[in-house]
Amino acid sequence: MNKIKSLADLKKLQSDVQSKIKLREKGDHSENLVQIKVSMATCGIASGAKETMTYFIEELDHQGIDAVITQTGCMGYCYAEPTIELTMPGQPPVVYGFVTKAKALEIIEKHIKLNEMVDGIIPVTYNSIEN
Amino acid sequence: MAEYNMHILVCGGTGCKASQSELIKTNFKTRLNEFGLTDEIQVVLTGCFGFCEKGPIVKILPDNTFYTQVTPEDVSEIVEEHIIKGRKVERLLYKDPETKAAIGDAKGMDFYKKQIRIALRNCGFINPENIEEYIGRDGYAALGTCLSEKTPDEVIQMIKDSGLRGRGGGGFPTGLKWDLTRKSESDQKYVVCNADEGDPGAFMDRSILEGDPHSVLEAMAICGYCIGADKGLVYIRAEYPLAIERLKIAINQAREYGLLGNDILGAGFNFDVEIRYGAGAFVCGEETALIHSMEGKRGEPTVKPPFPAEKGYNGKPTNVNNVETFANIPVIINKGAEWFASIGTANSKGTKVFALAGKINNVGLIEVPMGITLREIIYDIGGGIKDGREFKAVQTGGPSGGCLTKSFLDTPIDYDNLVAAGSMMGSGGMIVLDDTDCMVAIAKFYLEFTLDESCGKCAPCRIGNKRLHEILEKITVGDGKIEDLDRLRMLSTVIKDTSLCGLGQTSPNPVLSTLDHFYDEYLAHVTSHKCVAGQCKALMHYSIDAERCTGCTLCFRNCPVGAISGERRAPHYIDQSLCIKCGVCFEKCKFDAVLIA
Repeated sequence: MNKIKSLADLKKLQSDVQSKIKLREKGDHSENLVQIKVSMATCGIASGAKETMTYFIEELDHQGIDAVITQTGCMGYCYAEPTIELTMPGQPPVVYGFVTKAKALEIIEKHIKLNEMVDGIIPVTYNSIEN
Repeated sequence: MAEYNMHILVCGGTGCKASQSELIKTNFKTRLNEFGLTDEIQVVLTGCFGFCEKGPIVKILPDNTFYTQVTPEDVSEIVEEHIIKGRKVERLLYKDPETKAAIGDAKGMDFYKKQIRIALRNCGFINPENIEEYIGRDGYAALGTCLSEKTPDEVIQMIKDSGLRGRGGGGFPTGLKWDLTRKSESDQKYVVCNADEGDPGAFMDRSILEGDPHSVLEAMAICGYCIGADKGLVYIRAEYPLAIERLKIAINQAREYGLLGNDILGAGFNFDVEIRYGAGAFVCGEETALIHSMEGKRGEPTVKPPFPAEKGYNGKPTNVNNVETFANIPVIINKGAEWFASIGTANSKGTKVFALAGKINNVGLIEVPMGITLREIIYDIGGGIKDGREFKAVQTGGPSGGCLTKSFLDTPIDYDNLVAAGSMMGSGGMIVLDDTDCMVAIAKFYLEFTLDESCGKCAPCRIGNKRLHEILEKITVGDGKIEDLDRLRMLSTVIKDTSLCGLGQTSPNPVLSTLDHFYDEYLAHVTSHKCVAGQCKALMHYSIDAERCTGCTLCFRNCPVGAISGERRAPHYIDQSLCIKCGVCFEKCKFDAVLIA
């Protein structure tokens, strides 16, 4: 490790390492952030859910959008994998099916940035219990 | 992709470590490796989360899941269910004590709702053995700001404006202390961190050093810059091995990164920190005794003045602050004096860390804003009294403090209110007592502690406390007389007025405070020889109800001293001169024939 020789050096290191623990800070105010749950059961993973999740993480980070991206279990839409559930702050969650990288980008550009829903929404026909 | 998309934080405080949290961490790593997830999920051993009652704690982020009482065997289930399938492991979630509902998100826990974490900001959040995580949380930014943008006087003014007072117990204004040391002229000055935490039941400073050692180092460097010192010393007791180890790692990393040493951040400022070990003597928390101990002399106090600010370590001006006080400094610099002063009451600003212990449901470490009430701490954060018993008192300030009774439940807690109530802030130990605790016995317990810890230099403390203890002993075994209560009070006052140092000047406080608030209990001990709480064994009287006794001989056979006699199938009898009041007969009797009075 090179020594930190000035305040500017320190600030640079700080911005480099900040992202490593940013995720933990997000956990403290997750209700104000965009939340994405990626369905990652066997079927989801086989259909590329992992790549979708990685893409969301990298692209949102790249664009500087704060979001909490977590994996979740099978949502039951095995025909439409990879599936994601997107929750914009203060709005009910929306489920999208067949989320490939291209679809993911469309969701980011339209739904997350402009709050316009895009094609591919799976209507939710059930209620989940809160926990 | 260097980023992890999930973090698993495992508590590495002393309490959780004792419950195998290191093995939990290892198991997580092994299981994640089996699933090939090591690049995506980071496992971090952190400092104390504060919720020691339910340790070991595992927190999963970003979904903020808070698992309690995790065992190394639970790890597989957490990985397979939560991490792989996204289903929280219900049985390990924290349950709300009232609704019994599982709370998945740490934000929903009453324990954390009323807390404001400043000194503990990084405890349970960062890996204390990794300086980069500290830097990522604005670490060393305050030092940078001070060195490049502020003069020492400006920094001291900031600390003064913030209203920060010493968190070690006395509550002396920190900014003023720094100013006094700055104004003492000398070729060499020292910054000393007092980590000699000795109150029974207190572990605030240990947790800060274990969970966030860099915050203390950074603050010491800032202090050095302000007062003109290039050397810092941490005086820590050798029985804090984990805190010492983490502190050593932190010092080495800070040196490696050039944040300690010569020409820090290119500002021409030199500062380095060394560790000095104490042998765990309570009196060495007193600053003059601490300094003598560091010099290699006997850990005995000397008369003040001269204060350490004029003549301290090696006869040079020395600024001594407590761990928690230091931990507040970087935040004050980063967020501003006004922000800090906006928290708390008129004369007590900021927050205070308390170690909650005793008969309370949520034993642990909490940080609350000054001005919070005892009721909020005990019932909202602490989750109420154990086993639904009745609250009797809370002891604050350790052996130097006193008891607060029910009537103080709604008093805002700050330095001045506690003193007015006959107790003191102390370093932050808070021991909750219920109706089975005898107040005379509590006073005796604390006095026993002072008796052991008195250095013996001055007569009032050495002899006076011994005599006080003898009187209390007499009262608890039933030989006390009503005159003893007046003698207790008079002797206490003399010890307070004539002792050399803080230890002796405050040692009778537990006696005085219990005398004030629980005079009836003392009176019952000396007049009717009764202990209401049932704690003073010698005052108990066991007898056998001849009507109920069936003569089964069970008590006779179990009595360890042969105090029970009687024929088979005839009522038995306890010889009071032989009875040692062990209570075995009472426990063994199947017919409720043994009576306690």
